[in-house]
Amino acid sequence: MSSGEPTKTAVITGISGRLGRIVARRLHHAVGWRIVGLDRRPMPGRPKDIEHHEVDLRSKKAREIFRANQVDALIHLGVMHDPRARPAELYSWNITGTAKLLEYCQTYHVPKVVLLSSANVYGPRPDNPQFLTEDAPLLAAQRFPAMRDLVEIDHLVSTFLWRAREIDTVVLRPTHIVGPVHNAPSNYLRIERPPVLLGFDPMVQLVHALDVAEAIMLALAPGRRGIYNVVGPGEVPLSAVLHELGRAPRWIPHPLAKSVLGLAFRLGFSSFPVAELDFIRYVCMIDGRRAAAELGYRPRFGLRETISAAQEVP
Amino acid sequence: MAVSVLSRLRQLRTSGPHDDVGARTQALVVHGNEFGFDPFGLSRQSLEAAMTVARLVYRYYFRAECHGIENLPASGRVVLVSNHSGQLPFDALVIGSACFLEPPQPRLVRAMVEFFVPTVPFASYLFARWGQITGTPENCRRLLAADEAVLVFPEGARGISKPFSKRYQLADFGSGFMRLALEAGAPIVPVAVIGAEEQAPAMNAKILAKLFGVPSFPIVPYPPFVAAVPLPVKYRVYFGEPMRFTGDPDDDDDDLAERVKTVKNRIESMIHMGLRGRKHVFW
Repeated sequence: MSSGEPTKTAVITGISGRLGRIVARRLHHAVGWRIVGLDRRPMPGRPKDIEHHEVDLRSKKAREIFRANQVDALIHLGVMHDPRARPAELYSWNITGTAKLLEYCQTYHVPKVVLLSSANVYGPRPDNPQFLTEDAPLLAAQRFPAMRDLVEIDHLVSTFLWRAREIDTVVLRPTHIVGPVHNAPSNYLRIERPPVLLGFDPMVQLVHALDVAEAIMLALAPGRRGIYNVVGPGEVPLSAVLHELGRAPRWIPHPLAKSVLGLAFRLGFSSFPVAELDFIRYVCMIDGRRAAAELGYRPRFGLRETISAAQEVP
Repeated sequence: MAVSVLSRLRQLRTSGPHDDVGARTQALVVHGNEFGFDPFGLSRQSLEAAMTVARLVYRYYFRAECHGIENLPASGRVVLVSNHSGQLPFDALVIGSACFLEPPQPRLVRAMVEFFVPTVPFASYLFARWGQITGTPENCRRLLAADEAVLVFPEGARGISKPFSKRYQLADFGSGFMRLALEAGAPIVPVAVIGAEEQAPAMNAKILAKLFGVPSFPIVPYPPFVAAVPLPVKYRVYFGEPMRFTGDPDDDDDDLAERVKTVKNRIESMIHMGLRGRKHVFW
């Protein structure tokens, strides 16, 4: 790599999102990668040497990108989780889109597929063990139908891992990602007076978005395949996180919270569906030992740094 | 009668050793992070507050008597197996307090609690702050691997909700504790609790249980007719000698049954011994 010329090509779906940009920047710093973005949204302010295609994953144009380029890795971040979108459209985008991508990878011999799933697929449940391993069943959809898509994508790619033996597939299931990103946990932690459930204070894990980008880099190494939980630097009660961020929580009894939040969501005052209340009620924490042993992944940000990253405005 | 009650009360005021709860809490081994919480949500600070109250209940309300605490290993993984009764889990409080207050080196006992506890407001997180854990095998495995002391009630809900007519008759033992002890190579310390059976002499109102959709609905013959406050019975707690078992943890239940039976018989005989030695339920 004396010339610094890129020799490998990575396709990143969902590159226009906040996390997509973070991952693209990280990969851009690594020597030897040419980056091709795939997103329906434009990507303003991107570096000149990042190629970007505003296409639908399900379209012929998307297939054309895989055909025309010798793609060495697919990083699939383009999973849509919008509680306001039409379920049919979401389903088609997420499931059909992912299935198509896997098909392109098989047809055009892409040696590496990385899916960024989420530890939320396990679901917050009262009978959860304190730490869920990768073998735990994905039960999120049982209480929370809107999670069905995410669970199904995870299943789809996990099956692909065993079906397409010639492709090194990696499924990453990070815990709640914080940092300059838009997702339910970091949006929640940015609320000045966040609602909390009276009498509930589950232990939570957070992981910094840059640590997730690091985990993706480790997953890109040849020969690495499998399903990995991606943990942060430790576990703390939700109340300790809110206290550290200087938030003034509103204590609401659960039955009241359910009806109030349901109404607020329907009227458009809140972006949190009622079922997501379980995430501030029960534990949904993961065991990261497999990623530590097999990928060599260690979170670089400490507990306090990670918590304060939740304040960063995207 | 009245005189004797008065003299008993007078005795109460003077008896009771001086326990330094603060020093004992500091002496506990807690794997906490920079925020002071261990991975299961235990916090030394909450534990100290809880033990201050638990000590009063243990010493002055139940006037608990503890026998054989030297059988509790001072360190290393161990599974405590006990009978379970009394509608409310005060037997766990008494065992936990005994292990915290009685030995020279205090030990934190982590009881495996029912799955419904995380759904109960306040109990959901307070139990965790005090070191109690949701009773999944994975949690138990993890704690034993970290050389902690785990308290198991193999009778589970069958034991605690048993009616007064079945007092001191052990319900069926599950075999999960044996598998976990074999797997971790942990000794089993049998524990017999005397007194809990009389703290809430209840009968099971099956119709109400069905109505509320709960496994049992115990009612007691005095106001408020539900087992909310235990009677001030005298607790006696017996720790037996550690038992060691060998074998394959993946054996069939039938193969494990004999070893489970050995533990059950030991607890049963400790209960009988305790009952024989007892002069009165309340003192």
